[in-house]
Amino acid sequence: MANFFTDNPDLLFHLQHPLMKKIVALKERNFADKDQFDYAPLDFEDAMDSYEKVLEIVGEICGDIVAPNAEGVDAEGPKIVNNEVIYAKGTQENLDALVKAGLMGITLPRKYEGLNFPIVPYIMAADIVSRADAGFVNIWGLQDCAETINEFADDDQKSRFLPRISNGETAAMDLTEPDAGSDLQAVQLKATFNEKDGKWYLNGVKRFITNGDGHVSLVLARSEAGTSDGRGLSMFIYDRNEKAVTIRRIENKMGIKGSPTCELVFKDAPAELVGERKMGLIKYVMALMNGARLGIGAQSVGLSEAAYREAVSYADERKQFGKSIIEFPAVYEMVATMKAKLDASRTLLYETSRYVDVYKSYMHLAEERALTKEERADMKVYQRLADFFTPLLKGMTSEYCNQLAYDSLQIHGGSGFMKDYPIERIYRDARITTIYEGTTQLQVVAAIRGVTTGAYLNRIREFEAMPLQPELHSFRRTLIGMTEEYEKAVKQVVDVKDNEYLDFHARRLVEMAGHIIMGYLLLLDTERNETFRTSTEIYIRMGRSENKARAEYISNFTIDDLGFFKPNA
Amino acid sequence: MGLKIIVLAKQVPDTRNVGKDAMKADGTVNRAALAAIFNPEDLNALEQALRLKEKYKGTTVTLLTMGPGRAADIIREGLFRGADDGYLLSDRAFAGSDTLATSYALSCAIKKIKDFDLIIAGRQAIDGDTAQVGPQVAEKLNLPQVTYVEDVIKAEKGKITLKRRLERGVETVEAPLPSVITVNSSAPSCRPRAAKLLMKFKHARTMSERQSQAEDYIDMSADRPYLNIQEWSVNDVETDAQWLGLTGSPTKVKTIENVVFQAKESKVLTASDKEIDELIKELMLNHTIG
Repeated sequence: MANFFTDNPDLLFHLQHPLMKKIVALKERNFADKDQFDYAPLDFEDAMDSYEKVLEIVGEICGDIVAPNAEGVDAEGPKIVNNEVIYAKGTQENLDALVKAGLMGITLPRKYEGLNFPIVPYIMAADIVSRADAGFVNIWGLQDCAETINEFADDDQKSRFLPRISNGETAAMDLTEPDAGSDLQAVQLKATFNEKDGKWYLNGVKRFITNGDGHVSLVLARSEAGTSDGRGLSMFIYDRNEKAVTIRRIENKMGIKGSPTCELVFKDAPAELVGERKMGLIKYVMALMNGARLGIGAQSVGLSEAAYREAVSYADERKQFGKSIIEFPAVYEMVATMKAKLDASRTLLYETSRYVDVYKSYMHLAEERALTKEERADMKVYQRLADFFTPLLKGMTSEYCNQLAYDSLQIHGGSGFMKDYPIERIYRDARITTIYEGTTQLQVVAAIRGVTTGAYLNRIREFEAMPLQPELHSFRRTLIGMTEEYEKAVKQVVDVKDNEYLDFHARRLVEMAGHIIMGYLLLLDTERNETFRTSTEIYIRMGRSENKARAEYISNFTIDDLGFFKPNA
Repeated sequence: MGLKIIVLAKQVPDTRNVGKDAMKADGTVNRAALAAIFNPEDLNALEQALRLKEKYKGTTVTLLTMGPGRAADIIREGLFRGADDGYLLSDRAFAGSDTLATSYALSCAIKKIKDFDLIIAGRQAIDGDTAQVGPQVAEKLNLPQVTYVEDVIKAEKGKITLKRRLERGVETVEAPLPSVITVNSSAPSCRPRAAKLLMKFKHARTMSERQSQAEDYIDMSADRPYLNIQEWSVNDVETDAQWLGLTGSPTKVKTIENVVFQAKESKVLTASDKEIDELIKELMLNHTIG
């Protein structure tokens, strides 16, 4: 009888952000669909009401079905039977419920039988599902792939594949290979064009493929014989009905055990080219990965929510020395800091989702009519924001979610180390978030450009100029001080004009920017809703001291000091 | 061949989450203190109807509920899950009905609906726990009845095959159509609300609701007739007033006592040593004893 949407008022708060007006307007375009589809909204309020009500369904399914199944799913896991992946019983129940509720093509256009929701409510659903079972969200959340098909495939492919996903089929993205992990340019799986029947055929091996036996797979393959870099790769759709892939094994993982991670062997597997040849990695995988990284942000936030709730409930319940352990400073500091990091993560998640929403809506609008000059400029602004905020989000929130899981388990003491409490599973599930869809270290590689180009600083300046009630000005003053310190640190590093030196300090600089950005976002949340004040206080306090430490480290570090760290130096 | 199914459903106070003020001093339920929900076993009944709809093309599912105006929620909840339409039987004349008067009113409404092959109800409601309304409706309509149904196996060629869950086992029975069946909570849970149906039907209202809506409510029922929930008052249904409401209800609640439950479920054991041994082990295992 739990509802993971209605029991968490922070979600509704983020859903009702003022920018939603613009997002809904772009997404629904004068609400023209209402004459054609009986479930399309009539106006802005009706659209928002629908998002809220549908999220209530998600919350109910997660509270009543997905969360209670999580322990069993973790113990049972998926298996291979006759070259087919069979999910754990609970996984199948979860999926059946979400399919029956029609929650598989949330962002797809109505003409492909989707709900045509913006990214924000979709990501919110992912946040909720992740709190219930972070392994399950991987299967359900692969509907992201449909978004990539919607963006880049031709109309015929869209009309054949997208309704299948809207109606409950699952997807997979087949990128990684034994020798191509972080470095996807090294992908070897071969795509050969057969002149006789005019079809493409795939041959080779993919590894670590989440939900590898999904109905519809997007496969990155080398279509240009004789090439060895990213420019020789194209994107293909493989349909499971072709039955030309062998599932060699399912990995035995530390966490997210309900999600089948497969090794696949393609043998003359017929496939369809998506979009243009040679654009596979350069364009389509980048889009796919950005969507997936937003998804990992949601997964991290959902896991953080779960870890936080477990910590609070245990710390309240557990009595030592005659009182609840939450009464002790050492424990309440941990709990309150967890909440601050959770709130900071969530506000960054929805801020980034809104940027993605605006620019993607423009992009789809451009398929129907030419954008005006102002619209094109606006789209560029949001696309740039999305590009820089996505790696920051993925990097920061996945690290925080691990810190929360660690602290929550610590609060559980010895009991947390046993399988008796959910935190043991949450801790294992959290561990992957800083690794897949690009490690934290790779997110920093993407995010450091936001530092060096001044993109983060520009956005920080915009936050700084936003109206604020007088009681909150002192927070802004602190953040302005942190910004000056950040600018100084950036200058110190950039002035050395050495890429290795920059790379060495990159994470420090990105995190400094992150603390300031999340501090402002929390502050702006507090402007709209008092309940975030405590987290703002705690987070800015923490961010200020963390930034000081980083600035100090950079100040006392010359290029020669790199030598202490280098291997074989 | 499609079936015409009527599902009987009741809005009940959520007695599973009872607080201190759940009962009034006069021994009646304090409905204001409890959330109003779809009676759980009626949801099991609805699920059986929806499964038949999936199985037999052309099947329609119609909800029938009796209650105050807000019981229209029951019809909407049904529509969100896949029911085709519904009727709300609502009138002061029905107020205070016991099971006899309720089943009389329902059977009169069913006679007015007229065209049906199957009536499905939940075994019992969680407020009264009588399990009488389904069987009484069958008697009043002079139809065969099958109770404690867990699964409808098939409904073809004028016959229905059902699995019944009884205390000591499972029974498979066949009945002619039309008939009345009541469904147990051991039957599959009802499916969740479907997103598209929710968005399609969320503006569905009864006439009385439409009249009391806030100003910003956009009435689209003229263009979209499915948004109109049929509401029947006592005048819309052919009835005899002496069988209705308090007058038609011989049952009177005399007193209500608080009972503290010692156990949640019962278990029947034979007198064999083996079963007693097993019980002792089980109780030790869950730390009840030892």
